[in-house]
Amino acid sequence: MGAALERIAVPTLALLASAVLFGLLLAIYAGVDPFEAFALMYQGAFGSWFSWQNTLTRAAPLILTALCTALPARLGLVIIGNEGALVLGGVAAAAAGIALAGAPALVVQFGMALAGMAMGGVWIALAGGLRQYRGVNETISSLLLTYIAIALMNHFVEGPLRDPTSLNKPSTFPIGDGNMIGAIPGTDVHFGLVYGVIACLVIYGFLRFTTYGFAMEVIGGNPKTARMMGLNVGRYVLAACFAGGAAAGLAGMIEVAAVHGKANASLAVGYGYSGILVSFLARHHPAAIVPVAILLGGIGASGGLLQRRLDLPDAAVVVLQGIIFVAILASETLYGRLWKQKEAR
Amino acid sequence: MDDTSLGLWGVPLAMLAGAIRVSTPFIFVSVGECLTERSGRINLGLEGTLVMGAMSAYGVALVSGSPWLGVCVAACVGLLLGALHAGICQLPRVNDIATGIGLMLFATGLAFFLGKPFIQPKAPNLGAIELGWWSSIPQVKQALQVNYLFVLGIILAFALAWALKNTRWGLIVRLAGESVDAALAMGASVARTRLIATSIGGAFSGVGGAFLSLYYPGSWNEGLSSGQGLMAVALVIFARWDPIRCLWASLLFGAAGAISPALQSVGVTQGYYLFSAAPYVLTLGLMIATCSPERSLRGAPGELGAVK
Repeated sequence: MGAALERIAVPTLALLASAVLFGLLLAIYAGVDPFEAFALMYQGAFGSWFSWQNTLTRAAPLILTALCTALPARLGLVIIGNEGALVLGGVAAAAAGIALAGAPALVVQFGMALAGMAMGGVWIALAGGLRQYRGVNETISSLLLTYIAIALMNHFVEGPLRDPTSLNKPSTFPIGDGNMIGAIPGTDVHFGLVYGVIACLVIYGFLRFTTYGFAMEVIGGNPKTARMMGLNVGRYVLAACFAGGAAAGLAGMIEVAAVHGKANASLAVGYGYSGILVSFLARHHPAAIVPVAILLGGIGASGGLLQRRLDLPDAAVVVLQGIIFVAILASETLYGRLWKQKEAR
Repeated sequence: MDDTSLGLWGVPLAMLAGAIRVSTPFIFVSVGECLTERSGRINLGLEGTLVMGAMSAYGVALVSGSPWLGVCVAACVGLLLGALHAGICQLPRVNDIATGIGLMLFATGLAFFLGKPFIQPKAPNLGAIELGWWSSIPQVKQALQVNYLFVLGIILAFALAWALKNTRWGLIVRLAGESVDAALAMGASVARTRLIATSIGGAFSGVGGAFLSLYYPGSWNEGLSSGQGLMAVALVIFARWDPIRCLWASLLFGAAGAISPALQSVGVTQGYYLFSAAPYVLTLGLMIATCSPERSLRGAPGELGAVK
């Protein structure tokens, strides 16, 4: 009873504390009434059908990039290369889309998704493999891979894949309007959200109900025990990293196929970094990722309104995200301390 | 060939200039992180500290007119962020790697938030020592302009190496990093040692950020740091937790970072973006070459979780 309550109470406390800190920052530094700011944020995130659609559109890539951190985290790895996998996944998808031009739309979309997922998967599996077989710290290597990925994207977008007509913002050739992924009927929200939710549910079921999922839990708990049980830890690390990277790569493919229609620097706008936050907030639990991503998507969606109405810098929502991140991590220390003493008596 | 054109010789010269100029933030961050890691804690948030240091130094220099006051404020901001990291990580069951990522996001966001008004105006820059007075070639003169902070960074690296080896305080830091039990047996407070080591490491990074905004590139904008803070953390591993080797590694990285603009300046524009990835590829390559799964790294502090 205490433990279940704790799982709700501790993050709630952390979120409240973050709201207070952020409110203080707004009141003291920017001279803005924090209650007005929070009311505006609610309005910009969940206040109307229009803002709900904006929020859900932003949540879609967050769900998928969060899986890139969450899956390896089940094995005890801290992967933060989500942005790189998303960016390269997007470039690979655009390249596939251009190469398959002329084929039926479904074939093009399938090819793009496959290319994006394979690219993102290989990119993160690289970090996992280096960890497993060379002992290279996966946190640092995955982040370095992100910078390399962004440089590669710039190279391809400005060089081999460049559409000469894109002057102001160098981009690849467009994949064509007919090949775009459409919106969920009755909304402006693209189908990427559905893919993300399905991916989370499938992974949840996989972790919960299969022996492979159980084996991952054993490895995450104690790799030495897992080895003694005869589990091939390296294979699980590679598979989890590949699957996580594939999810982030799919997010890149969706950004190309549902939002931009081509690959360019708009891919690297920070969905990958926010995805890390989503995964940690959800405690790397696939089912919890969906609501957390919607919450974070809402915070992102409300940034514009804060900027327009209160003249706050657009980085205000990044500050709030950072405060929440740190507060949630620090609140880990509260687990087992709120109720345990009472139970013992 | 006239005086202003050096032809292909411009490339190694520009890389030398880069080694002097671009390396300074690396020196400060890596030497600071070296101290922190020797005490048994890893601070991945130094990237954020670097950006916060750059912003606060620029803002203070702009308002007060004194760049050196800006450097001092940047050091204080770094000290506070380091202390915050140490304070949070001290709580039981809090992961220092994850907290570092969180603080990186927080500090970067805060710097962009508070630094919005400073993007346009021009703040006074830090001065430089002209070591190229003997040459009549402008490129050589420019390459040998050495900033005071570069010299300070070198002094700090040697001072830290000496202090770690020869002082009582250095011994306690190393003990806290090698074995908590031994430190406790000595009667030293591990938590306080790490708090001090992490705070000083943060202060160093803040100064490194001040160099970015007040000397080279010498302005404040949101794309100022491109992962220097993180690369410096990787560099400490490559340098095997030795401040002097951190210094050499930083110079190497500065030179690698200068390849891309140097090639562009002599007319090689093909693959500009590929060459701009050189420092990251170099970092990764060195980490792959120096790490091993079988044994923990030589020189690695025993209590450091990230390399276990």
